[in-house]
Formats: sequence, structure tokens, C-alpha cells
Amino acid sequence: MIFVWTEHFDDKLAQASREALGKATKLGAGEVVALVFGENVDDIVKQSFHYGADKVIKADDATLANFRAEPYVALLVKAAQEHNPNYILAASTARGREVMGGASMDLDAGLISDVNELEIEGGNLKAVRPVYSGKVLATETASGDLQMATLRSRAFTPNEPDESRSGEVIELAPVLSEADITSKVESFEEAKGSVSLTDAAIIVSGGRGVGGPDGFDPVRELAEVLGAALGASRATVDAGWIPYEHQVGQTGKVVSPDLYIAAGISGAIQHQAGMRTAKVIVAINKDPEAPIFGLATYGIVGDLFQYVPALTKAFKERLGK
Amino acid sequence: MHVVVCTKVTPDTAAKVSVNDAGVVGWSEAPVINPWDEYAVTEAVLLKGDHGGQATVMTVGKQEHEEALKQGLAIGCDQAIRVWDDALEGHDNLQYSKAAAAAIEKLGDVDLVIFGKEFADTQTDQYVYQVARKLGWTSLGAVAKILEIDFNASTIKVERLLEQGKAVVSAKLPAVIAVLKDINEPKYPSFMGIRKAAKAEIPVWNLGELGIDVGEPKTKVAQYKNLPVRGSQVQLFDGTPEEAAAKLADKLIEEKVI
Ligand SMILES: Cc1cc2nc3c(=O)[nH]c(=O)nc-3n(C[C@H](O)[C@H](O)[C@H](O)COP(=O)(O)OP(=O)(O)OC[C@H]3O[C@@H](n4cnc5c(N)ncnc54)[C@H](O)[C@@H]3O)c2cc1C
Ligand SMILES: Nc1ncnc2c1ncn2[C@@H]1O[C@H](COP(=O)(O)O)[C@@H](O)[C@H]1O
Repeated sequence: MIFVWTEHFDDKLAQASREALGKATKLGAGEVVALVFGENVDDIVKQSFHYGADKVIKADDATLANFRAEPYVALLVKAAQEHNPNYILAASTARGREVMGGASMDLDAGLISDVNELEIEGGNLKAVRPVYSGKVLATETASGDLQMATLRSRAFTPNEPDESRSGEVIELAPVLSEADITSKVESFEEAKGSVSLTDAAIIVSGGRGVGGPDGFDPVRELAEVLGAALGASRATVDAGWIPYEHQVGQTGKVVSPDLYIAAGISGAIQHQAGMRTAKVIVAINKDPEAPIFGLATYGIVGDLFQYVPALTKAFKERLGK
Repeated sequence: MHVVVCTKVTPDTAAKVSVNDAGVVGWSEAPVINPWDEYAVTEAVLLKGDHGGQATVMTVGKQEHEEALKQGLAIGCDQAIRVWDDALEGHDNLQYSKAAAAAIEKLGDVDLVIFGKEFADTQTDQYVYQVARKLGWTSLGAVAKILEIDFNASTIKVERLLEQGKAVVSAKLPAVIAVLKDINEPKYPSFMGIRKAAKAEIPVWNLGELGIDVGEPKTKVAQYKNLPVRGSQVQLFDGTPEEAAAKLADKLIEEKVI
């Protein structure tokens, strides 16, 4: 039996959790059981079946309305103790890391974090994951009766949703009451109007070459036309031109989009640490010697203020926007 | 108040890291304090400045990791502790976390433990949550800001940066948090600080002193590999902006990445 702890947001099963469910169905580890925790999660339960779960363990309670480590870890641990799965998977998101890390201690189970490739060999998880800021790949193995792994966003493909699928739903009562939980989510401010960097299939990023906060405008327009997330180099974040949540790189987000367009970014090794695994990399930079051209698939040597708007126009025409 | 910050050294971010024929990872320059930990150590020292009390910098690791402890002392931490034992050779994350949690318990009066987001080398991001769980404390990862902290009332309020947005979360102390880059401007050591740190005696605690058994490793690295070499050379598009953009757009559509 294999557990997949799922995340959801705005009544949707998170993309990264769909990917984790998809991978679980392909591992040949027996029954795939999705764990769905939250409040009013019947829709998420349905979606979990559509994306590959054979069974769902559901905990539906007001104490679970917002993600908090304590009640969620306690539930995952209880579910594992009651059902004895061989493996537990989750997405390697901020929440996934927290729940899986916490539960691994309670369950005394080996956890392999943030994997790009995963298989079962001789009953044990075997995974490939980037280490040393993505400069090296490590193959890691787990052992023991229960083994856990978190899956990097966009490294695995979800199943095509099959709306005819459903199955048994097992209800799990919350372990902690509100009075037992020492943390409280006071508010949540949704990142508005933008695509999440880690889920994005396309990212358009700006660097110091944009010259100032307004210089991001053409970069942002290209991102909008492509339905892409907006990224940035640390130099622009440190200069206060754009908030930190857009930073890609060693001390920012690590992303693996299909397409990464870097405009006015030199391609310092710390920036590369965050985007090296993109399938196709496009560099637009006026300096032909910029290190980004050593990594890029395609490039334009020129002024981003001329070439980026021209690209936006070219895509508008081709995509009929 | 007593804040503990956990750190270690990693290769410098600019270092060229590669795997040799024997499968061993090596790098070009001397290791430095883990880049994420610059923020963690700075935050501990800032909290000490604002609230009084004590800041301890700690590592679970071999002697080479004392460089990170010394940096912590040089910036303003009061004491450093290194946990090491031959039984930790070839350790996994769980074993590390058990040792770190035991050391925090031995310190006794700790209100807050601060980690950097992750280690730039192992990139596992597990310790924070494992240590918290072992201690039975709240864990808060991805902290972008400490909005309020009151050591007398034992409360903390932070802003967390999650995939879909920002959450404001309040919690009881003691707690274990992991901080992101945005939280502060890192402090760098002064000459005086460096001189003082160089003279510091750093105690080493072994597992016997901590009174724990960390068990066997449950995960291990079977192999390190260099990254596959990226395709061929960059293909450049030239001409007027319109011409180059048209050729590039067609190419990307043909490649089905759009
Ligand atoms: C510990 C540590 C962690 C770090 N973490 C990160 C990280 O997470 N992410 C990150 O990005 N960096 C990180 N850095 C910083 C990194 O080393 C670089 O300083 C940074 O990436 C540079 O950003 P940039 O490419 O925007 O700026 P620059 O290096 O200044 O490059 C700007 C580029 O724009 C080009 N340009 C200028 N004008 C134009 C124009 N009009 N049209 C076209 N091109 C133009 C220039 O030719 C140049 O190549 C880190 C550094 C350290 C020490
Ligand atoms: N052996 C250790 N000693 C002290 N702190 C540690 C140790 N291992 C990890 N940490 C802390 O845990 C964070 C996360 O590390 P990692 O999970 O390896 O990415 C680091 O930034 C440190 O702050």
C-alpha cells in the first residue's frame, strides 16, 4: 500500500499532488491511498480518485481548515499506524516538507526529499535528487518497513483525470482538538493574478538589465501573453525592484519549467542553481559573453527593451491574442 | 530568552562542485557557512540585541564545521556547541535530528530554534521539522518575517511564504523556525569579532553525554553523479528585433514548449 498526502487550494487538488498521485500509480506498490485533510473536502476526495487514488483517507474538520503542522502531522502519523503503508509520498512543497519531515520523526522512517526520479528496487525506494545547489545528482535509497519521499514539482506527470473513477472513503477523526494546537493561522494573502513559479510550465525572468522597477513592464507583458510566471534574479530583488517571492536561484526558488526565458540576466552560478533543469532556456542579453549563453538553448544578443516587446508581439500574433 | 541557531559549512555558492572518478564530491574553494544560515545566525543575534538574553550557535558535525560556529560567534552569538560522535559517521537526517534535539534539550532553557531554509549541499530540508517533532514543539518553515515575538508571554507571530501566498501564523514558544533570505540583512563579522571567535573554546558533546542512541541510518546515498552535459551550443537568432523575434517564436512553437 502506498499513501499520498495531498494538498489542495481553492477547492482544487494541487498540481504537485496530482503529479505525486500519478507517480504513485506507476510505482507498482499496491493500493494507492490518498490522504485528504481539510474542511469541506468532498470535492478534493473526488478529484483524488480522478487522478489515480484507489482509496481515500479523509479527515474533515474545522481544526484542519488551514494548514498547520501539528494537527496534520498527528493525522498522517495516526493513519500510517492504523493502515501500515509501505511507502508515503507527498509533493515537495513548503507544506509537504513540513508534514513529511515531522511525520518521519514520529514514525522513525527514512525520508528522501525533493526527488526528480523515483523507483522501487528490491522493495526499497530509490531516488535521484539534485544536491550541492543542483550541481550534482545523488542517487539515494531508503530501507525499513516504512519509507517516505517528497517529489519535486514538475518532475512527474499526472494521470489524465478519469471522472468515472471512485472508491472507498475511510473517515479519520482529528487527533488534536483546537485547544491542543499551539499555532493559529491569522490570515492568508493569496498571491494575486500570477502563476506560481514552482508550478509554471513557462517562466519569464528579468535581471539587472531591466534597469529599474518599471523595466519589468515589458518582461511582465511577455509573461502575460505566454501565461507564464514572472521570475527575477537576486540582483533585482535586492535592489527592491520586485518582491522576493519572484526570486529564482540558490537563495530563491528552484524551478523546472518547460521554457525559461531570461532577459537581462547574466546567469551567475547562483541563478543557474535555480533554473538549470528547465527543458528549454532562452537568453536575451546584450553581452555576448554573458555566462547565461553557456547554458541557453536559444539566444538573442541585443537590448531587451527592443527584443522582448518584439517577442511579445510575435507571440500575440501566433497565439491569436 | 535563549535562542539557538543551527548551522554548518557548505561549499561556497560560487565553487565549482563535481564528482571525481572515484565517485567522491569535491569543490574548488574552502567551505563557508551555509548561505541560508547567514540569515538564521543574523536573526538570532538581532533577537538577542532586541530582547537581551542568550544566543547559542550549534552544529552537528565534524571539526570542519567549527568554521560556521566561529562565524556565529564573530557576529555576536554568546556560545558555540558542536555535537559529534563516531556513531554519526554516515548518518542520515533522522540521526542528525535526534542528536540536535538532544543537544537542545540538554541546553535546557531554549525558547526558539532557528534554522536556515536548507543546507546548500544536502538540500534535504528535513531537520527543522524532525527536530521540532522530536522536541514536541511547533515548527514553522518558510518564515519571511518575524512580526512579533514576546519571550515573556512565550508567543511568536510570523509571516510564512507558501506556494500560493503569504500566511500570518501565531504560535506558542518554544518553537522551531526556518527562515528565508528576505528576513534580514546578514551581518558580517568585525575584526574584533573574528579575533574573539578564534580564541573561543568550543565544547564537543558526544552521544553518551546526550544520553541517546540514534539508531541506524534509514536512507543513504548510493552514488553521486555529475549533471548530464547540456545539449549542444546555444543557437543564436539575429536580425532586427522583428526578424529575430519571429524566428525565435516559430522555433519555440515548433518545439512545443508553448
Ligand atoms: C550566497 C549567494 C546566494 C545567491 N543567490 C542567488 C539567487 O538565488 N538568485 C540569483 O539570481 N542570484 C543569486 N546570487 C547573486 C548572483 O551571484 C548574481 O549576483 C545575480 O544573479 C546577478 O543578477 P543579474 O544577472 O540580474 O545581474 P547582473 O549580473 O548584473 O547581470 C545583468 C545582465 O543584464 C545584461 N543587460 C544589461 N542591460 C541590458 C539590456 N538593456 N538588454 C539586455 N541585457 C542587458 C548585462 O549584459 C548583464 O549580463 C547569490 C549570490 C550569493 C553570494
Ligand atoms: N548537522 C547540523 N547541525 C546544525 N544545524 C543543522 C545541521 N543540519 C542541518 N542543520 C540546519 O538545518 C537546515 C536545513 O538543512 P538541510 O535539511 O540539510 O537542508 C540548515 O540550514 C541548518 O540551519
